[in-house]
Amino acid sequence: MTLVWLILIPFIGGLLCWQAERFGDQAPRWIALGTMLLELAMVLGLWVGSDFSLPAEGAANAWTLEWQADWIPRFGIQVHLAIDGLSLLMIALTGLLGAMAVICSWKEIVQRVGFFHLNLLWILGGVVGVFLAIDLFLFFLFWEMMLVPMYFLIALWGHSGSRGSSRIGAATKFFIYTQASGLLMLIAILGLVFAHHGATGEYTFAYADLLDTPLSETTAWWLMLGFFVAFAVKLPVVPLHGWLPDAHAQAPTAGSVDLAGILLKTAAYGMLRFALPLFPEASQAFAPVAMTLGLIGIFYGAILACGQQDLKRLIAYTSISHMGFVLIGIYAGTELALQGVVALMVAHAFSAAGLFILSGQLYERLHTRDMRQMGGLWGRIRGLPGFALVFVAASLGLPGTANFVGEFMVMFGSFGVAPWIVVIASAGLILAAVYSLFIMQRVYYGPPREETPLAGLDRRETVLLFGIVALVVFFGIYPQPLLDTSAGAMQIVQQSVQQAGAMMGGAQ
Amino acid sequence: MSHATMMALLAISPLILVCLTVIVVMLSIAWQRNHTLSAILTAVGLNVALLALLFGWSLGTVDVTSVLVVDDLSRFGGVLVLMSTLACVTLAHHYLEGYEGPRDEFYLLLLSAAAGGMVLVSARHMTTLFFGIELLSMPLFGMLAYTFRDRGALESGIKYMVLSAAATAFLLFGMALLYAVTGTLDFAELGEALSAYGSDPWLLAGAGMLLVGLAFKLSIVPFHLWTPDVYQGGPGPATTFLATASKVAVFLVLLRLFQSTLAFHENWWHDLLGFIAVVTMLVGNLLALTQNDLKRLLGYSSIAHFGYLLVALVVNQGLAVETVGIYLVTYVLTTLGAFGVVTLVSSPYVATGGTADASPLHHYRGLFWRRPYLTAVMTVSMLSLAGIPFTAGFIGKFYIIAVGVEAHRWWLVGSVVLGSAIGLYYYLRVMVTLFLHEPGMQRRDATHDWAERAGGMVVLGVATLVILLGLYPTPMINWVNWVAG
Repeated sequence: MTLVWLILIPFIGGLLCWQAERFGDQAPRWIALGTMLLELAMVLGLWVGSDFSLPAEGAANAWTLEWQADWIPRFGIQVHLAIDGLSLLMIALTGLLGAMAVICSWKEIVQRVGFFHLNLLWILGGVVGVFLAIDLFLFFLFWEMMLVPMYFLIALWGHSGSRGSSRIGAATKFFIYTQASGLLMLIAILGLVFAHHGATGEYTFAYADLLDTPLSETTAWWLMLGFFVAFAVKLPVVPLHGWLPDAHAQAPTAGSVDLAGILLKTAAYGMLRFALPLFPEASQAFAPVAMTLGLIGIFYGAILACGQQDLKRLIAYTSISHMGFVLIGIYAGTELALQGVVALMVAHAFSAAGLFILSGQLYERLHTRDMRQMGGLWGRIRGLPGFALVFVAASLGLPGTANFVGEFMVMFGSFGVAPWIVVIASAGLILAAVYSLFIMQRVYYGPPREETPLAGLDRRETVLLFGIVALVVFFGIYPQPLLDTSAGAMQIVQQSVQQAGAMMGGAQ
Repeated sequence: MSHATMMALLAISPLILVCLTVIVVMLSIAWQRNHTLSAILTAVGLNVALLALLFGWSLGTVDVTSVLVVDDLSRFGGVLVLMSTLACVTLAHHYLEGYEGPRDEFYLLLLSAAAGGMVLVSARHMTTLFFGIELLSMPLFGMLAYTFRDRGALESGIKYMVLSAAATAFLLFGMALLYAVTGTLDFAELGEALSAYGSDPWLLAGAGMLLVGLAFKLSIVPFHLWTPDVYQGGPGPATTFLATASKVAVFLVLLRLFQSTLAFHENWWHDLLGFIAVVTMLVGNLLALTQNDLKRLLGYSSIAHFGYLLVALVVNQGLAVETVGIYLVTYVLTTLGAFGVVTLVSSPYVATGGTADASPLHHYRGLFWRRPYLTAVMTVSMLSLAGIPFTAGFIGKFYIIAVGVEAHRWWLVGSVVLGSAIGLYYYLRVMVTLFLHEPGMQRRDATHDWAERAGGMVVLGVATLVILLGLYPTPMINWVNWVAG
């Protein structure tokens, strides 16, 4: 039942926030914060109390906890939830970033506070559902469901963008991109289910059963593409990234934090959990294409980031660049690279969240995100620029930060599989340094536009930023807890990739 | 009375009860005009008929004369028709309170149309098909033009009448050709004759005309031109009936035709129908994109939805019948929710020169901040129409895609996805309009006590059902599966 509660708590908390609005604006904020802290405490309790060591020999999956109930017997659909090291890390991240999102919108959101937190918490509930569901129908449901509150978050509380792009336009673009690609995944899921039905005569959406569905090579290829496109839109992979810069630029700070910190990770999670294990051979065959796309993403994101004037757009493009590394690591498929992907996902969640929170705080003080209006802020705001320096350093992957650990492991692990890709990707790190320095240079250094000091960080902001910095540095110096937790789950993925590789090698 | 006659009477009793209600309401009006009394009598009659329908559930297939058959499918259709009619009655009572002309006759028309729908879902002979369609459509002319001092309503009624007449002409001509070639009008016998005569050109022409006639009623492209105008102009309750009960009944008779006539099983028929389905969903969705009028938009969206439904008819194997059932249930519930809110916001009726209902989209701006629960209903309906998970609409869309994937009709599945993606744009636009707050806009509002009115309760109930069936669709699936099985 713990797993069910993990999903239900944000949903119930959201409803409470909505109703609590009648007791004033503070009530929903505290309830939302309490809900997310409760969620976080539950996950951490699970983390401490469970064993995530390697699965027993021959076991297909090592779930630490499992819960299932019949739902739609007509198609063998169950409410089937399970948690392992990977999903636990992701849910812990969700809880943590959720709490941060609540804290950072404490002063930013002043209108319809209750309804805002309803949407915020429902997004998080949907994300937790995505990380827990291992029935493909249920997974798809949560995958699509979390778009609706995100849509409202951007459309109702977003900022109207520069150059006439409206927040509603951005929200609609985000929704249509992800929903339409989601339907492609639904087709792929159904194709898989009917293939399984054809082979065994029974309908099932259960992950464990569908894992060993006999598929012809072409079918597997097409179905794998269906999954890949859905995840690629969300990650995002470059030709399908059109929604991301707009959505980020227009979203309120909490929305950006959630979007960059967690929603993008659901895509990587989906690839690790579903796309690779369900279609190992097809994925193996597809790996060169995927890695090339990742490579393109690294450079495309970084180069476009350098040319942005809008601070949030810039950070959004750096996300595309970082997710390129994640994609390369996932399709390299070695254990080291996969572990690196997990570390990089966690690290990017922190650094991107930190940068978005900072740009939100700048916006509260300057009422602009345009970097041409900034400059020379180092002397004008007490405290904030220092934090910015840390997050920028983390974002460019400076040793000592968690991002370095992740990127290094991804590169190191992929080198044996695709040396040339890694060599070229390393050049992308230089671009990362360039755009990171651009941020510092344009925003904080240079001649100040005015001399008047701006409000410094208050206690809420300081504690929040210190917390993130501490996590970035802690996991930069001692990433072992992360790696231990996800080791079992990653090993299973790696084994399925390895077997596929062996089979393909044998066939040739 | 023989046993068989008793069985037949029992099976057909819901239809008889609806007809009796027409007479009772008519007599009551003749005796004394009382709006509320008429509405209550109507509702009671429909409820009794519904009970009779449920009571006769265990009878199985009963042949009531050689032209009517009462089986699970017709009971299923009957339930949908009666439920939507009931919803329309509750909505109409609130709506017509502000109408100065005679109000009671609306219920007579509504009941007659419902009886037509009941006949149609039980039809297994061309005569009953024709009779049912006419009984369904003729009262609708009156209902659509009921508030005839409004230009919109009058235009809508006349437009529907003229185009219905054209459709009827097609229908009759088609039947005549079929009869000329085969010498029978019975569905099953027609099916056998069709497979015997093969591709006789007159036969094909007849079947084609028949389909054109039905396609008019279902507003399938290219016979959809009347839909937006009629939806926009007609008074709320009448449009609601047109969008739900009338379409369900016609679609079910189409399904029955497909099941019994083998000629439609030839390949090129499927390709043609598949093409029409694709065009229908794309045209419906594309034309809805730029609409600034909620009722027009819903009209175009209904065109698109019948495009999706056609997919099941094209496939016509495996899950197809079940899909039709599920989709109709979810469509009816969702549409009742959406039109219910439109009608409630337009209630009570206010006399104007143009269109009386609150149909321009900007009337709904910021509705959430004034009527949060009513907006929740509308939001749920829009999400369900768009097929977002945890609403009933998603289960319908799931079935449509499943039936396409099962039959490997990739073009159809692809168009469903494309259509849904386009559709999202305008459903989202409606949704976000409800939440935007911009003072100073011209707007209309539901009355303060809307939630305590029968219509309000029905609409809330429908929305709850949409959510519940989205969360736990098993009862609905079992029911439809049983009907289809």
